Amino acid sequence: MTNKRDQLILGIETSCDETAVAIIKNGREIIANVVASQIESHKRFGGVVPEIASRHHVEQITIVLEEALRQGQLKMEDIDAIAVTEGPGLVGALLIGVNAAKALAFAHEKPLVNVHHIAGHIYANRLVNEMEFPLLALVVSGGHTELVYMKEHGHFEVIGETRDDAAGEAYDKVARVLNLPYPGGPHIDRLAHEGTPDLDLPRAWLEPGSYDFSFSGLKSAVINTVHNAEQRGETIAPETLAASFQESVIDVLVTKAIQAAEEYKVKQVLLAGGVAANKGLRTALTTKFQKHEGIELVIPPLSLCTDNAAMIAAAGSVLYEKGQRADLMLNGNPGLDITIHNNWG
Amino acid sequence: MKILSIDTSNYALGIGLLDENQVLGEYISNIKKNHSVRVMPAIQTMMNECGVKPADLTKIVVAKGPGSYTGVRIGVTIAKTLAWTLNIPLTGVSSLEVLAASAGRHFNGFICPLFDARRGQIYTGLYRFKDGRLVTEKDDQLVLTADWAPALSTLSEPILFVGNDVSIHQSVITDALGDRAVFAEITEHNPRPAELALLGRDRIEEDPHSFVPNYIRLAEAEAKWLDAQKTK
Ligand SMILES: [Zn+2]
Repeated sequence: MTNKRDQLILGIETSCDETAVAIIKNGREIIANVVASQIESHKRFGGVVPEIASRHHVEQITIVLEEALRQGQLKMEDIDAIAVTEGPGLVGALLIGVNAAKALAFAHEKPLVNVHHIAGHIYANRLVNEMEFPLLALVVSGGHTELVYMKEHGHFEVIGETRDDAAGEAYDKVARVLNLPYPGGPHIDRLAHEGTPDLDLPRAWLEPGSYDFSFSGLKSAVINTVHNAEQRGETIAPETLAASFQESVIDVLVTKAIQAAEEYKVKQVLLAGGVAANKGLRTALTTKFQKHEGIELVIPPLSLCTDNAAMIAAAGSVLYEKGQRADLMLNGNPGLDITIHNNWG
Repeated sequence: MKILSIDTSNYALGIGLLDENQVLGEYISNIKKNHSVRVMPAIQTMMNECGVKPADLTKIVVAKGPGSYTGVRIGVTIAKTLAWTLNIPLTGVSSLEVLAASAGRHFNGFICPLFDARRGQIYTGLYRFKDGRLVTEKDDQLVLTADWAPALSTLSEPILFVGNDVSIHQSVITDALGDRAVFAEITEHNPRPAELALLGRDRIEEDPHSFVPNYIRLAEAEAKWLDAQKTK
């Protein structure tokens, strides 16, 4: 049931290889959540092909929109605002969601709210647990590895980010070395649980006090280890390699998250992004944060970790209240900075 | 009746608004600027000026390609979203056909619209007007100008070449066709959005859910993948 004073936000997300539309009530309740995944198509190429992603988005966009309204038993007139991912992401893919959102906003004279994709990932948590500030979000995905500090709703401060590969990228590259099918992350996670981390792989702590990340050295070390073993006529069990690699990644992520959580005296730590689906990371964070009284760890369910539009609508809900608006000139922005959302007083 | 037409398939950006018996408005620009930023504001401005509200629209007609992949997707996405959400018919028209109609309505002979597709290639087709109706003589295709122009030399009537990219291919065309090649004036090279609306006016509607651009070409990765499947 929805009554007239409920706020209903329709969210659209097309930044990579999921065409997604969702409707969220009052920022926290999922009324509809539809995701058309293209993963089967991109599997043929071992990764997301931008042109093919854009083509699939055009094929899917109105179908997914209609399905979301059908699930929610709603009409466009019932919607208060349209939230859409402006960036970052693949530019050609972003353009489909942005232009569909603008057409809808124009046709029904609805406000348009532009949302940063990572803000969306963070706000996926609000569909599970109310946020308590200040908080720290650990965002880990195929394209991102960031620590984002939030002192209040709609205000984002990046205190650490990757200087080279994102964690998810490192997973995909190591998966390729192990000849695992795309996407490699879940396969490495599974293998890691079957093996023991016996290999000594590097951890890039960077300079003291830095919350930045670097995974390219680790990736190279994995490739070299495999290569050297081959030259000696040996093979390393994939389980061992996966376990050692995963331990190295998780060690750095968890340690930096805890240090930052302590320094910034946060009440909550949120895990966000596709790699949040990683069991090893979830377990390690849960174990470590159990020892920290006063810091609540929030991990969204798997379905909200990967790209979806519920998270975009959830972020859009708060940003709409804060007065964030886009006009019909809105464009897809592949390099968008999350601090676009900090512009009010 | 109020038909909105949208063409973002190439550099020219065109928006048209057609009433029963008259063109209410047309917006055309021919500059290398981002369509994604400019289309919706152009639609809004023109509809405002003409006093037409989204709910007044009775049909959307869109240029469905060929052209720039990203460009044509912008127009098609807007067109299918508007048609679906306003619950009005949608029709797609070949971007080349629009160009042919824009310049050749009173031309006595064949009309050859073209867009440059780099490396000596063009997107083109062959059209002509018969009893006031535009007829397709050769389907839209991607072809080397050096192959296309000689193939047209068997035709006994003059051929009108039209499009902003004609000058790039003019010498190859003249070499093959001599006097039979006629070149449109610069004022005729932009596809007219009102012609687009008129071409689509009486055509059958398409399902917005399944409507996609006519890219002519597969995505490069897709083509390579298909080739690899054949050799397996
Ligand atoms: Zn994401």
